[in-house]
Amino acid sequence: MKTGIVVFPGTNRERDMAQAFRVVSGKTPQMLWHQQDNVDGLDLVVLPGGFSFGDYLRSGAMAAHSPIMKAVRRFAEKGGYVLGVCNGFQILTEAQMLPGALLRNAGMRFLSQDCHLKVEGRDSIFTSGWNHGDVFRAPMAHGDGNYTAAPDVLDRLEGEGRVAFRYCTAEGHVKDGDEHVNMNGSARSIAGVLSENRRVCGLMPHPENLTEEILGGTDGLPLFTGIMEALG
Amino acid sequence: MKVRVFVSLKDGVLDPQGKAVEHALHSLGFEGASGVRISRVVDLHVKAENAEAARKKGEEMARALLANEVIEDFHVEVVV
Repeated sequence: MKTGIVVFPGTNRERDMAQAFRVVSGKTPQMLWHQQDNVDGLDLVVLPGGFSFGDYLRSGAMAAHSPIMKAVRRFAEKGGYVLGVCNGFQILTEAQMLPGALLRNAGMRFLSQDCHLKVEGRDSIFTSGWNHGDVFRAPMAHGDGNYTAAPDVLDRLEGEGRVAFRYCTAEGHVKDGDEHVNMNGSARSIAGVLSENRRVCGLMPHPENLTEEILGGTDGLPLFTGIMEALG
Repeated sequence: MKVRVFVSLKDGVLDPQGKAVEHALHSLGFEGASGVRISRVVDLHVKAENAEAARKKGEEMARALLANEVIEDFHVEVVV
């Protein structure tokens, strides 16, 4: 599996992401600078977290129009796999490679704490490391994670099994209106979604930050083992 | 020509910032303040033959970058 991690000015989670892939595959992903105009030869492109271009205008808006994103779009259109975490998810929605948008957290506060996620996505390498309905812990760190989309879009995502992850309690209960569970106020507690072909996935929390015991747990590891099993 | 692009959240899209400002206004004694929404104004200059062409350019820019039409509405004025 050949993985590339895109680095924009202001990206700050690229090394965490690289380490997570190193842990499962023993291989070091390639770093891709945002001005690069191709991503040829890769199996997976990852857009990591951070504050690309200072989050000016809207989170992810500038990055979505950078040269490399044209290449990432072409890559995805040809069936390439793309994972966006946190700022990467924001970039994918701004680039309209995933539906919806991420608004300011409902409570207005930057959230830096653990959350629990329920695995709901179907037929995707990004969820195949878990069983459907599994619950896992993931750190989150974002100010704009309040997922929103038109009701018919939300219905479609749910109907097609394209809600990859939902915020829930440690016991797996989803509570949309509870600010201790659905902390950023996301529509239908959605934490991550899949594209129509299920090869593009975006999520707000950071599974890459719980992939080794020294980090406090390995709850996020199945994201990476699932990807690696699928892509070799 | 100077163009002004107004970008605001669509009706029905939650504006936590507006809500926070509304609370602050209440605590300052402006109890009557309601429906506070925060918008963005982008001023810029464009090269255009006439006002209509300038407005069109502003709209193109709004669609391409300045507004996210999933959550935001915009309108464009030519300031002269």
